[in-house]
Amino acid sequence: MIWNRPVECMPREELKRLQDARLREVVERVYYNVPWYREKMQKAGLSPDDIRGTDDLYRLPFTTKEDLRETYPFGMFAVPLSEILRVHASSGTTGRATVVGYTRRDLGMWSEVVARCLACAGVGREDIIQIAYGYGLFTGGLGLHYGAEKIGAVVVPVSGGNTKRQIQLMKDFGSTVLACTPSYALYLAEAMEEEKTDIGNLRLRVGVFGAEPWTESMRREIENRLNIKAIDIYGLSEVIGPGVSCECEYQDGLHINEDHFIPEIIDPESLNPLPPGSRGELVFTTVTKEGLPLIRYRTRDLTTLNYETCRCGRTMVRMAKCTGRSDDMLIIRGVNVFPSQIESILLEMNETKPHYLIIVDRVNNLDTLQILVEVEELYFDKISQLQGLRDRLQQQVESTLGISADIKLVEPKTIERFEGKARRVIDKRKF
Amino acid sequence: MIIKQLSVFLENKTGRLTEVLTALGAEKINVKALTVADTSDFGILRMIVSDPERALHLLREKGFSVNLTDVISIATPCEAGSFAKALALISEKNISIEYLYGFSIGQKAAIVLRAEDAQSALEALKSSKMDLLNAEELNNL
Repeated sequence: MIWNRPVECMPREELKRLQDARLREVVERVYYNVPWYREKMQKAGLSPDDIRGTDDLYRLPFTTKEDLRETYPFGMFAVPLSEILRVHASSGTTGRATVVGYTRRDLGMWSEVVARCLACAGVGREDIIQIAYGYGLFTGGLGLHYGAEKIGAVVVPVSGGNTKRQIQLMKDFGSTVLACTPSYALYLAEAMEEEKTDIGNLRLRVGVFGAEPWTESMRREIENRLNIKAIDIYGLSEVIGPGVSCECEYQDGLHINEDHFIPEIIDPESLNPLPPGSRGELVFTTVTKEGLPLIRYRTRDLTTLNYETCRCGRTMVRMAKCTGRSDDMLIIRGVNVFPSQIESILLEMNETKPHYLIIVDRVNNLDTLQILVEVEELYFDKISQLQGLRDRLQQQVESTLGISADIKLVEPKTIERFEGKARRVIDKRKF
Repeated sequence: MIIKQLSVFLENKTGRLTEVLTALGAEKINVKALTVADTSDFGILRMIVSDPERALHLLREKGFSVNLTDVISIATPCEAGSFAKALALISEKNISIEYLYGFSIGQKAAIVLRAEDAQSALEALKSSKMDLLNAEELNNL
């Protein structure tokens, strides 16, 4: 089913005119309402009149996650706080999280794009959708929630974790759709096999999985083990949250909701736009958002764009599954983690030197995070004090990142041994 | 007496203990007493050595996480109940002992301990005329 056929199947020339008009409008809005953008544009010698349409996109300045952090928390908002209804935030050490704000219209638009995505995934009002994404500051849970309500499905807002209950509800309620991270879906499949749940008795038929990169082989595994269709949904809080793009039944690229988010592919080194079909960094300009409109936001995700009309009839451009990053961000159990966050924690705690190594792996389909920390100075020689140090580090990492980590205290110079110079991350997962 | 104990942080890895001891041996630093406190991941090696300052610098140069800690050393006769007698003097004063190790050579025995309040523990031992060992005496055991 196509939720919004007039838009999603709009001829591309018409779509371009819509994008051109919306782009002109948003550029004017940020120029007059966001000092940060005005300054950037003035520095580049640009006035709003210079941007006539998407062909002029390349002239506009980029926005990065760092910019959002520097203007933490609300510095980039384009409306007064009285107009903001909700905020979400990504993990980060205090003062370094990225905060996003939504006006009433933004929340309405978000529900609309998620509804489109769910319909694209084959979800309808007859479905019972179990939302096992975390609810809270993370956009996953609430984002899916309101989109599912909009299409009129039965929403089971179970949130993340508590695997036993997830399985119980799935059986008792007859959930037909599961929304969570793909690794959690596999973990659920495993748990079901362990407790001998008969998959055949479940009514589950579709999975809407996102918030972390996953491969085609992982898709096949999920589909086989849960006997469902596994659909990839994409989004990031800065742009809106989940709902930026989603696969249709043909699973051949994710349709971007282009009337709201204009994508570009750039070379992450030269920052020049790349011709259609090239692999590069995905950049979005949000043309309808009021609370936090972003111009040329660098996602750091690497992908390609396919402008051909899809067999499903949608004309909206399709992005390939994201499989790489142009920065050092890690996505662990759906949570964005920058190595620098670990460094900040160590510096702030000031109990060890900031010498660390992050080891990420996937064990039984769940991401594991281990952090080796060098004990350079032995300030105390009691085991309990060292264990206390380890526990404090563990708590700090968990409260900052929102995921648990296994902290291992190691001898000085252990970490440098891996490579000539400091290598901060070993990611053993295969994408 | 209060003497200097060498504490070394070690991961639980094969051969690490040997490496420390080999390094000390090569520099003719004698190890008089030694104990390891361990967990599944790491341990702390505690040693009384003939030249703690030199050992500290040597091991630091070799990249070990190492420190000197104040501990008390007591000599007792090597006979039943002598350790208990010495320790009772400290516990009677409600001073907790963080860790200790003991050994005996011939007719003599020694305890090395770290007390929460080293000074009070020392006074309690002295007032009861316990035989406290200084670094040199311990070395000569």
